[in-house]
Amino acid sequence: MNSDVLVIGGGIAGIEAATNLYLLGYSVTLVEQESELGGHVAQWNKLFPNYKNAHQIIQTLLQQLPGDITILRSTKIIHLSEKDRLFSVNLSNNSTITTKTILIATGYDLFDARLKEEYGYKIYDNVITSAELESLLRQNKPILTKQGKEPSRIGFVHCVGSRDRKINNLYCSKVCCVTAVKQAIEIRQKLPFCEAYCFYMDLRMYGLNFEELYNESQEKYGVTFIRGRLSEASETIDGKLILKVEDTLLGRPLKMTIDMLVLMVGMVPSKGTNFLIKELGLHINNGHFIASNDEHLRANHTNKHGIFVAGSASSPKTIDDTLADARSAAMAIHQFFKNSKL
Amino acid sequence: MKFHWFVVPFSAGLIFLILYLIILYTKWIVKLPKSDKKILSGTVFSSKIFNIVWEIFSEALLHIRIFRKNVLLGYMHSSFAFGWFLLIVTGAIETQLFASKPINHLYEPIFFKFFNTTAPNNSLHKAFAFLMDLWLLYVLSGIFLALSKRFYSRIMGLKKTTQLYWTDQIALISLWLIFPLRLLAESSTTATYQNGSFLTNTAGIYLEQHFNISNMSIYLWWAYSIDLLIFFGLLPFSRYMHIPTEIVLIALRHAGFKTKNEINSFSQIEIHSCSSCGICIDACQLQSVTNRNNMVPTYLFQKERYGKVLKPDLYNCLFCGRCEEACPVNISIINIKLARRKERLLKSKQNYQYLSKIQPTSTTTEILYFAGCMSHLTPSITRSMIKIFEHLNISYYFLDKDDTICCGRPLMLAGKIQDAQKLIEKNTDLIKASKAKIMITSCPICYKIFNEEYNLPVKVMHHSQWLSESLTDCNKLKLNQSAKTAVYHDPCDLGRGSNIYDEPRNVLKQLLNVIDKKAIQKEKSLCCGGSLADFYLNENDRVKIARNAYVQLINDEDYLITSCPLCKKTFQKVADKPVLDIAEIIVYNLS
Ligand SMILES: Cc1cc2nc3c(=O)[nH]c(=O)nc-3n(C[C@H](O)[C@H](O)[C@H](O)COP(=O)(O)OP(=O)(O)OC[C@H]3O[C@@H](n4cnc5c(N)ncnc54)[C@H](O)[C@@H]3O)c2cc1C
Ligand code: SF4
Repeated sequence: MNSDVLVIGGGIAGIEAATNLYLLGYSVTLVEQESELGGHVAQWNKLFPNYKNAHQIIQTLLQQLPGDITILRSTKIIHLSEKDRLFSVNLSNNSTITTKTILIATGYDLFDARLKEEYGYKIYDNVITSAELESLLRQNKPILTKQGKEPSRIGFVHCVGSRDRKINNLYCSKVCCVTAVKQAIEIRQKLPFCEAYCFYMDLRMYGLNFEELYNESQEKYGVTFIRGRLSEASETIDGKLILKVEDTLLGRPLKMTIDMLVLMVGMVPSKGTNFLIKELGLHINNGHFIASNDEHLRANHTNKHGIFVAGSASSPKTIDDTLADARSAAMAIHQFFKNSKL
Repeated sequence: MKFHWFVVPFSAGLIFLILYLIILYTKWIVKLPKSDKKILSGTVFSSKIFNIVWEIFSEALLHIRIFRKNVLLGYMHSSFAFGWFLLIVTGAIETQLFASKPINHLYEPIFFKFFNTTAPNNSLHKAFAFLMDLWLLYVLSGIFLALSKRFYSRIMGLKKTTQLYWTDQIALISLWLIFPLRLLAESSTTATYQNGSFLTNTAGIYLEQHFNISNMSIYLWWAYSIDLLIFFGLLPFSRYMHIPTEIVLIALRHAGFKTKNEINSFSQIEIHSCSSCGICIDACQLQSVTNRNNMVPTYLFQKERYGKVLKPDLYNCLFCGRCEEACPVNISIINIKLARRKERLLKSKQNYQYLSKIQPTSTTTEILYFAGCMSHLTPSITRSMIKIFEHLNISYYFLDKDDTICCGRPLMLAGKIQDAQKLIEKNTDLIKASKAKIMITSCPICYKIFNEEYNLPVKVMHHSQWLSESLTDCNKLKLNQSAKTAVYHDPCDLGRGSNIYDEPRNVLKQLLNVIDKKAIQKEKSLCCGGSLADFYLNENDRVKIARNAYVQLINDEDYLITSCPLCKKTFQKVADKPVLDIAEIIVYNLS
């Protein structure tokens, strides 16, 4: 099989880039390891900051995806090699693709919260991740503790796996602050008698409408924000959680009992992203994601000729940023072909 | 009287050296801590004297411990020390037996061939001449090896060898020249008188034929003597100070001296006993993985002797103890580094008011459980311990369940003794109030300080010890054996730091197949890089050290098992297999 561009990863970055590359006139193959396209966004429910429906976004993107594009689902990359500026890529379905360029859109994985063992994920009954809460909300399931009770206090811990020297991730994952605000509101809407607390270092409400959402969460929904990092959690016999937090605004340690703890897990390079970094000898940036050749001017180029990157494989991004980055990657590849023809 | 002016440089050098050493050692011994000095007089008249003589022989001369690391390296070190020693002793006897005058001067054995030109005429004299040549050859072979080591250290099992300070370099060259010059000077005399043996006679004939060496004879003897002066003159100011000092060190150590909390003159003796052999370079993971040099003992002691020790040299160190384990001179490296930290009298800005609010318990139980701050960050470990206590129906009191007070070791490692002392006092009160007999801790870091700095009426046990005891003790714990494989990682503070190697293994052997990794287990265990003692190491480098250790530990085994919450957390970041504490694996296998 031959193609101009091989797009690896069928999340929103891969879909958007493939569509645009096709529109620019290139033959495109899109490889996705899962049985469905859509990546992480397919698992979300209502999106920040305006509660747009995630499912609808994916549907729209898929509808725009031209039928002529070769889409290989449930397919993994086994091996890549380069000869005379042509890449040949062996796939798990035993076929080989020859391609002139590769666009990496393999995205991120959620930080493995078990590594912050002091928060008790997978050890205590009532500690879940933001992604798990999102999935409960999407399936419209009741929010209950393991003991089957409706919680009367829920805590959201920001920066789990991000901005943390101890686990060597210094970068901000960008989406979790506002996701916490959004989810706290959703909890207050669903369980009006449940208090919601956010434990944060500082709130990064940088996007349009983020600050409004934050104000609304306090004014309309009474979400409480406590500045301080959770140092450890412990469990009582009845499955409640005792949190030890240093309140850095009041300057004193704080102890608090809650029923359920939601860990706002950050983003780390996905297994697929790491695999390609190794296979292709790509440089990485300080967040261990794929490094851009030049962060301002050649953001979608990597250190390897003919290899490009789009979306959250190069750093944590929101959906808007991911889609814009995917289109920019398509243009970068277009330029690449134009220049090499001259 | 046998005299020639060329003996003057040698004699002057030797007299200077002896006087210098007498003055310096007297000063050091006078300054030894008073409390320890009594033991010295006791030692002189005890059987310890035999041990001292034996160790001086085996370590200062033969260098048996270096032989154990690498045979060639051991041979090299011994050829200089033992070879030279044999030359001196045999030479002195030779002079006594065969010199014409009864008085033999200080220098006569050294320049024997110059002053005694009659060729050996009886078999005893021939035998001595033969031995003298043999010993000279022995030393020369060592010099050949030393030269090769400078170019290619790997043949002696060293990846890196010490980069020398300039005085050391000059001293080194003068040392290496002594024996070739001696060979040349002797050969120049034997060329005329045939008063040597297989080596010097043959060399004499050869050199006479080709270079007329007998004409140069007097200059060669001068050169030999002057070179000895240079070496003796530089010895006190170079690493060769280790030669006489190690002898003093061995004697004092047998007498019971140690470096404890402060740098005293005994520590100075330890520091000057470092031969810069460089064996610690490869042992240090900060060196091999992150390419730092300043904390490596061979360089640190260089700075102690000729330069200035800076803060990063002391505070950029894992305190894993691998260098001390590797050191053939057995210098107490860790205690010296720690004493240097303590000297800085740092204080923390921490407010300790909260201590007074913590009340001792009124519950009295036989067993206390002290998890430690680190174990609080790994609830999998504390919960496993609690499950085991409950399983065995043991009544215990969880001392630091809610109000965790640190054991004080992190502060101690930072050199903040006064701060640590506050915590030690408070913890001691709380422990005493419980009236317990046994205190179990899950943390090797706490375990070490409880044993070393606390004075407690309870028996302190690391949980691996207690679990091992409970397993052997009338089969209190019943466990299922599984077919899984595991590697056990010895935590620094538990293994090298507290000498606990067998108990965890006894426990694990009953649960699964423990795979040996001989090169990196027990005393030779690697550090995970998580160390609380290092104040300069960045997270990237810590991860590098952990990854480097992990890939050496785990090939295709199912688990990495350890018995330290900090090791567990550190390895988890880089592991693709489960990293478990010994208590967790027990809970998995409880029947
Ligand atoms: C809890 C949470 C909530 C969020 N909510 C919002 C929100 O409300 N609004 C918003 O703007 N953003 C939100 N985000 C951010 C959003 O998820 C990302 O912007 C988006 O997923 C990035 O898309 P992507 O295509 O770069 O990566 P991904 O979504 O990770 O997609 C990568 C795709 O590549 C595939 N892949 C990986 N490796 C391989 C391989 N080797 N071979 C083939 N295929 C491979 C994967 O299966 C996946 O389909 C949220 C993030 C989190 C963590
Ligand atoms: S977005 Fe907020 S929660 Fe997420 S890493 Fe950044 S600061 Fe932390």
